[in-house]
Amino acid sequence: MADRYIEPDTPELRARWGNFAWTEANAAKAKEIVARYPEGRQRSAVMPLLDLAQRQVGAEENTQGWLPIPVMEYVAAYLDMPIIRVVEVATFYTMYNIAPIGRFHVQVCGTTPCMLRGSDDIIAACKKRGMKPGHTTEDGMWSFTEVECMGNCASAPMVQINDDNYEDLTAERMDAVLDALAKGETPKAGTQEPGRHTVEPSGGPTTLKEMVSENHDYRGEW
Amino acid sequence: MALQDKDRIFTNVYGYQPRNLKEAQARGAWDGTKDILAKGKEAIIEEVKASGLRGRGGAGFPTGLKWSFMPKEPPKDHNGNPKPSFLVINADESEPGSCKDREIIRHDPHILLEGALVAGFAMGARAAYIYIRGEYIREAETLFAARDEAYAAGLLGKNACGSGYDFDVFVHRGAGAYICGEETAMIESLEGKKGQPRLKPPFPAGAGLYGCPTTVNNVESIAVAPTIMRRGASWFSGFGRENNKGTKLFQISGHVNKPCVVEEEMSIPFSELIEKHCGGIRGGKDNLLAVIPGGSSVPLVPAEQIWDAPMDFDGLKAVGSGLGTAAVIVMDKSTDIVRAIARLSRFYKHESCGQCTPCREGTGWMWRVMERLRTGDAAVEEIDMLQQVTKQVEGHTICALGDAAAWPIQGLIRHFRPELERRIAENMPEAAE
Repeated sequence: MADRYIEPDTPELRARWGNFAWTEANAAKAKEIVARYPEGRQRSAVMPLLDLAQRQVGAEENTQGWLPIPVMEYVAAYLDMPIIRVVEVATFYTMYNIAPIGRFHVQVCGTTPCMLRGSDDIIAACKKRGMKPGHTTEDGMWSFTEVECMGNCASAPMVQINDDNYEDLTAERMDAVLDALAKGETPKAGTQEPGRHTVEPSGGPTTLKEMVSENHDYRGEW
Repeated sequence: MALQDKDRIFTNVYGYQPRNLKEAQARGAWDGTKDILAKGKEAIIEEVKASGLRGRGGAGFPTGLKWSFMPKEPPKDHNGNPKPSFLVINADESEPGSCKDREIIRHDPHILLEGALVAGFAMGARAAYIYIRGEYIREAETLFAARDEAYAAGLLGKNACGSGYDFDVFVHRGAGAYICGEETAMIESLEGKKGQPRLKPPFPAGAGLYGCPTTVNNVESIAVAPTIMRRGASWFSGFGRENNKGTKLFQISGHVNKPCVVEEEMSIPFSELIEKHCGGIRGGKDNLLAVIPGGSSVPLVPAEQIWDAPMDFDGLKAVGSGLGTAAVIVMDKSTDIVRAIARLSRFYKHESCGQCTPCREGTGWMWRVMERLRTGDAAVEEIDMLQQVTKQVEGHTICALGDAAAWPIQGLIRHFRPELERRIAENMPEAAE
């Protein structure tokens, strides 16, 4: 959780974000989110609401989105909780960006299972394009973070870029994904290995082969 | 001996077929759920106890027994009203190596939702919260959609499945904190706080979410429950060795020819698991160096000890490790073993919640020493000092993260001390990044 610094609260920041309010669509969503928790427990909604706010900021400035202090204050007021409790949550959980971020947040997993499958090459491919940890490229396109295990270990190495995962990477495949994103295309998410569907052994499953072609019901064989 | 397809619970684990309700029902999900509930709470708990199911989240606590800890009569709040009980389903899968809950959620979410109802009913819970890790963005979207489908079909909500029982399921997304996989940290996080573990007692079954009785279970433990009820405890306990029953999703990563997730019988020998499903070790059996058999928190096992070991709780305990989440990380002889473990130390340093001093300070300290050992920039005595520090962290923290950070290092020192000493003798600081 260390090594993160919150964007300072300046008059400029306040001028830009001081009037933050939910869009109409997000206002409805926020209401629905708060209703998931028992009455009087609306504080539970702070995590989903911070995510919603971050996405709204992102939509406004065409980035992954982040949480300026005035936006956190807005969420605090919305849930009737002290601002410091919201800041605590925003700084504790790494998925909340507490400083400005680029258009694409390139999060390469570097934990041991990915490392064993060659995440060093993926990180090198990013560095070659001028990406540095905790830094956004000049054109505002790429922010880079080496993250901890993302739970895609059977299709490692992987990267999460904004909302999508790209798995079974090599340096070339990573380059192809980044090139496509730079051109404004939407590369196919999931495994990048030709012929592999998801996390079955590459080359075809060793079990449940009937399922490949039909929605097989095994109950008849019980 | 080998597990047959008809006995696999997660038939759509690879997602070849659609995950929607209609197709899931055609595969057997939500089949006779009303009849299962009609058996009654006691009967369900007894059946799950008899099946020998042990928690699939790592600790291996008997699931049926855990459910039975929930109070029969709800405790009263200060106004004399009965408190509700909650089921919290742990989908905060963040243990390095683990990637099974993701496959259940994104390819067969209805199995999990049905399990939530069966388990929630058995323990008398008013609602279930599924806490899914924040990084599983698309997976959470799938889960939200599946939940809405189940509500629209009357399978969840008021009079769930026509059983007369009201049961809600909510999905709560995390935001990138490994520690929230610890049950009391998860409860804190659900309450809208930093995910820092609570002291126990009180245990969650007494005072958990919002101070109400709560049980926290892993996704896989919950998802297998309906099938156990349909096919009977004796079917499930027909797999695996005594005390290690059932089927299990194994996740094999690292240096095998074909990494994969596969449902197999508990107690399957390591060699069979690897040869049958993963196309063997990269470079052949003789190229195997070591295996971390249960996710990053368990100590590594050298090649010669793991090869014939049965992959279950007791079998891996016997070789000084553990089954954990059955996340098998395989390392061949090309691996820089010290770096592999040092990277895990960095993981724990990053994920320590900062509450207890031994862990907050110790994880960083251990990582820095591990980094020096990697290049040999250390003195031989520091190996013993490191071992001693791991012992001072282990068992001296509120939750098990301190233990989890200590064990991989202890495993390394136990099995690869000559390698550490060799590096110190050669001292090659130029190998540092």
